[in-house]
Amino acid sequence: MPGVTAPTRRQVLSLYKQFIRNSNQFNNYNFREYFLSKTRNTFRENMNQEDPKVLVNLFKEAKNELGVLKRQSVISQMYTFDRLVVEPLQGRRN
Amino acid sequence: MLKSTTIRSITRLSQLYNAPVTTYRACLASKRFYSPPAAGVKLDDNFSLETHTDIQAAAKAQASARASASGTTPDAVVASGSTAMSHAYQENTGFGTRPIYLDMQATTPTDPRVLDTMLKFYTGLYGNPHSNTHSYGWETNTAVENARAHVAKMINADPKEIIFTSGATESNNMVLKGVPRFYKKTKKHIITTRTEHKCVLEAARAMMKEGFEVTFLNVDDKGLVDLNELEKAIRPDTCLVSVMAVNNEIGVIQPIKEIGALCRKNKIYFHTDAAQAYGKIRMDVNEMNIDLLSISSHKIYGPKGIGAIYVRRRPRVRLEPLLSGGGQERGLRSGTLAPPLVAGFGEAARLMKKEFDSDQAHIKRLSDKLVKGLLSAEHTTLNGSPDHRYPGCINVSFAYVEGESLLMALRDIALSSGSACTSASLEPSYVLHALGKDDALAHSSIRFGIGRFSTEEEVDYVVKAVSDRVKFLRELSPLWEMVQEGIDLNSIKWSGH
Repeated sequence: MPGVTAPTRRQVLSLYKQFIRNSNQFNNYNFREYFLSKTRNTFRENMNQEDPKVLVNLFKEAKNELGVLKRQSVISQMYTFDRLVVEPLQGRRN
Repeated sequence: MLKSTTIRSITRLSQLYNAPVTTYRACLASKRFYSPPAAGVKLDDNFSLETHTDIQAAAKAQASARASASGTTPDAVVASGSTAMSHAYQENTGFGTRPIYLDMQATTPTDPRVLDTMLKFYTGLYGNPHSNTHSYGWETNTAVENARAHVAKMINADPKEIIFTSGATESNNMVLKGVPRFYKKTKKHIITTRTEHKCVLEAARAMMKEGFEVTFLNVDDKGLVDLNELEKAIRPDTCLVSVMAVNNEIGVIQPIKEIGALCRKNKIYFHTDAAQAYGKIRMDVNEMNIDLLSISSHKIYGPKGIGAIYVRRRPRVRLEPLLSGGGQERGLRSGTLAPPLVAGFGEAARLMKKEFDSDQAHIKRLSDKLVKGLLSAEHTTLNGSPDHRYPGCINVSFAYVEGESLLMALRDIALSSGSACTSASLEPSYVLHALGKDDALAHSSIRFGIGRFSTEEEVDYVVKAVSDRVKFLRELSPLWEMVQEGIDLNSIKWSGH
C-alpha cells in the first residue's frame, strides 16, 4: 500500500531543509522571518510525533505548504521593494 | 506578415538583453507544440523578472510636489525636515530605508498563502459563481462556498448565515440602515456608543434624518460601555443595539457576551462590528447571542475590497437590502461575487483559525515588550482599559509632545495617530475624547499595531526610536521645561484672555 507508510527520518529532514531554504528566499523581510520561525516551530512541535497516521497527514500537508512557499518566494523575488530600516543592506545572501 | 514583425521585435528585444536570438526562436517554436510542465519555470539567464518599486523615489516626488505647492525648492523641504530633526534621526547607514509597518489596525499585509489561493482565480478560474449552466461557474461556486464555510467556522456560525459584502463599512451600513427600515412601523429607536467606527456613527446619523431616534451611549474612562446605562437606554421600541467588539483606536474589548445576553432578554437585535475582532479574539455568535456581525477581510491578512456580514437565521433577523438587483446572497446583497477576493478571504479566515494560538502568543509577547518599553519613559500613558484589551492594538499618549510632529519625526516607522479615516484631518480623536481625554492628550496619542508578521527586531527598533525622539521633541518644548521645574500647568493663569 503506497502512501500509508510514515515518512522516513531522511525525508522529513530533507523537507525541513527545503522549507528553510525557500523561506530564506523571500525578498520581503517580514514574510521571510515569519516563515522561518513558523517552520522551526512547526517541525519542533511535531518532533516527537510517533503515530504513523498523523505523520502521513502532516507530511502531506507540509508538502502542499512547501509548494505554496516555493511559488510565493519566487513571486516575492519578482516584485521587490526597498529594504526595511531594520534590514542590513549587506551581509545577507540574496 | 504580423508574425514576422513580432519575431523581429523580439529579436530587437533580445539584443537588449544580449541573449542569442536562437533561444527565443526555439522557445517560440517549442511553445507552439506543447505547453511546458508547470513546475519547470525556466528563464533565460540574462533575463530578470524582477520589477523593483522604488519607495524613495515616491517620497522624493511627494516632497517636490509639496515644495512646488508652497513655492520652495524640494531640497529646502527635505533639508528643513532633516536639519531640524537631524539628531533625532538614527544614523543607520548600511540599512534599508523603507519604514517599519506598525499600523495593523488600518490594514494588514496580504499573507502569501492567501495570494497563492487567489492567483488561480485571476489566471484561469474566471467563471461567474452564479452561472450554473457550465463548469466555469461550478468551479468558482465551489470555491466561494468553501470560503464561506471557513469564514463561518471562525465564529461558530452556519455557512448559510454569512453574506459577502464589499467590506465592514458596507456591512455596518447594511445593518444600521436595513434592520430599522424593515421594522420601522413598530420600532423607532437605535442604541450605539460614542466610540464606534465612523461608518456606524454616520449611518446612525443618517437614520436620524429618516425619523429614527438614536442613543449614543457614553463610555467610561477605560473605554468600556456601562451595562446599567445600556439597560436604562433600552425602550420598548428599540430595534437594534450596535456595539463594536474591539475598538479600532484603543483596542478595548467590550463586554460582548453580557450585552448579547441583555439584548436577547429584551428581544432586541444585537449587532457587533467585529472588523478588528474577527479572528483576533475568540468569538462565538451562539454563546455571545450575537444576531449580526460585521467582518472585514483586509484586517485578517486577506485581500482588500471584501468583507462579510453574519445574519442570524434562527431566530431570523430580517433587514432591508441596500442594493436591489439579481438577488444574490439570499437577496440581501445583489451583485456578482468576486471569486478571487472571496477565496482569498476564506483562506485568510482559515489561517486565522489555524494559526490562532501561535499568532496570539506571538502578538502578546511583542505587545508586552512594546508597552513595557514605551511606558518606561515618564509622562506616557496607555489609553483604554489595560485588562480588557486586544494586545495587538496599543494606543499611547506622550504628554507635552504634539502627535503629528512626533509622527513626522518617526518617518521610518509607519504609524498613525488614530483611525486612518481621520488621519488626513488634524482633528483630535473622538474616541479619546469620549474617554474624557483633553484635546492636548488626544493630540499626542499614537496607535501601534502589531500583527502576525511583526518581528522582535522591529519592536526593539521602535521602542528605541520613539523614546529618543520623544525626548528630543520634549527638549524643544517650553511646556516640558516648566513641567521639569515642577510647575503645574493647570495652575497657570494664562494672561491675555
